[in-house]
Amino acid sequence: MWVKQISVFLENKSGRLAAVTRLLADHGFNIRALSIADTSDFGILRLIVNDPAHANRVLKEAGFTVSETEVLAVEVPDRPGGLARVLDLLHQAGINIEYLYAFVSKAGENALVLMKVEDLQRAVDVLSAQGITIQGHDVVHQI
Amino acid sequence: MIWDRTETLPREDMEQLQLSRLQTVVRRVYQKVPFYRERLQERGLKPAHIRSLADLTRLPFTTKDDLRVNYPYGLFAVPLEKLVRIHASSGTTGRPTVVGYTKKDLRTWSELVARVVVQAGTKPRDVVQICFSYGLFTGGFGLHYGLERVGATVVPASAGNTQRQLRLMQDFHTTVLVSTPTYAMYIAEVAQEMGLNPAQLGLRLGLFGSEPWSEGMRQELEATWGFKATDNYGMSELIGPGVSGECQMQNGLHISEDHFLPEIIDPETGEQLPPGEEGELVITTLTKEGLPLLRYRTRDLTALDYTPCPCGRTTVRMRRVTGRTDDMLIVRGVNVFPSQVEEVLMDIPGVGPHYQIIVDRQGYLDEFEVQVELAADYFTGKFRDLETLERTVKERLQTILQITPKVKLVEYKSLERTVGKAKRVIDKRRI
Repeated sequence: MWVKQISVFLENKSGRLAAVTRLLADHGFNIRALSIADTSDFGILRLIVNDPAHANRVLKEAGFTVSETEVLAVEVPDRPGGLARVLDLLHQAGINIEYLYAFVSKAGENALVLMKVEDLQRAVDVLSAQGITIQGHDVVHQI
Repeated sequence: MIWDRTETLPREDMEQLQLSRLQTVVRRVYQKVPFYRERLQERGLKPAHIRSLADLTRLPFTTKDDLRVNYPYGLFAVPLEKLVRIHASSGTTGRPTVVGYTKKDLRTWSELVARVVVQAGTKPRDVVQICFSYGLFTGGFGLHYGLERVGATVVPASAGNTQRQLRLMQDFHTTVLVSTPTYAMYIAEVAQEMGLNPAQLGLRLGLFGSEPWSEGMRQELEATWGFKATDNYGMSELIGPGVSGECQMQNGLHISEDHFLPEIIDPETGEQLPPGEEGELVITTLTKEGLPLLRYRTRDLTALDYTPCPCGRTTVRMRRVTGRTDDMLIVRGVNVFPSQVEEVLMDIPGVGPHYQIIVDRQGYLDEFEVQVELAADYFTGKFRDLETLERTVKERLQTILQITPKVKLVEYKSLERTVGKAKRVIDKRRI
């Protein structure tokens, strides 16, 4: 039901982001979505790729500090208020979102947003009950 | 002006005085300090064997490590009730170096600081602002009582709050500044930002110590402040400030030899070196009651000059300290050992054993940065965990080092690995 996200710890120094993306490209991985959170000293790069387990291994072998996290891929209607409705539902259920970022491409008519919440299953239940689609990794990693 | 006639003793008389005091101190530590009795016995040495100053080299060295092992009171030569003051400085590891003073030691200390400030040019009519911190550090209290002894008006401003320092200078008509050289430069910078010209504040003398500085820095200080900038030297293990200081000639620091018997040794072999050669300064305290030390290895590099000084003092002069034989850093006047940093890091899960210390100077303030590798298996992908880790490292370092470090988490294996001794410290400061 949820998708695997790869997090990479990066020092804030020039060339590090390029090094990660170059490595993934050289191994034929396609980056589906990404986000970076950073301070002046360090950052965390979060990635959705096809074949995350393999990408994880490749990155580790190259010396990167990597961890794997499960996140939700939520389909959001691509129109004004689409995301707001989803967030309202989670808020009303008392579910906090640690972070979220969006896919570049769409799943049909809908946008796809990645969300990290504490209780994944409860979030799925809340959203599914309202007819919101949550995509599994089989779909997400192939987009 | 010369504070004490002893400072002008003919060499022969000085050596006579030194020998008789050396014999006394050796006898005392032999009787009162088990550590020294054992060290002497190991060498088959009895106090009576010290018949000339040349016999000094038969005595064992004392190191900072000996003080650490005997923490806190193991090397004291008097019972605790005879002590009236304790000071401490940072040790090479978590344990500080503790020093104790009897009533007589405090009187001696004031006298010795009086010599130092008088030979630098302080007069009883001066208003002296002390910008050293008061507390376990010997700088503040040491200068304070010595200056009062001379009859100067002391403003115990302590360290920090630079705008207030400047206001005090203006309101109280301060004429003499006591601080580290870098802090004096910083005060000048702040003054200029406030639209003040430091040279017009009326200060005529700066008494500087507790960190190494260069001739270039002196010239800059003198040009900026329009005062005479003098160097003085000391360390808490020996007594604090008051071990030696420059006279008006500004050409070497007169050591109070009747209290501190100096030698220069080769730091590798421990062999005594002839006058004029550079090496490690080793000092035997001749008059201290609380914590007498035989041949204490200061780890400071200097050379001794016995030629007569035009100022009239006959005491030997040590050259301005040029470096250290160990890896101790002096950051904002505070002693820092890389081993202290290492000890803190080893205790924190989440950071690896590899670290690097980078010391730099921004303007006139030292910056102390610790880069440490994030342990590969500790990374959770959560931002908050990294921030918490960084904050923990910073707070623990601050507690131990007494300075605020900058902490930077770096990627695993990004710091240089070398075979043998790792390059843990990069000191970018040009002193």
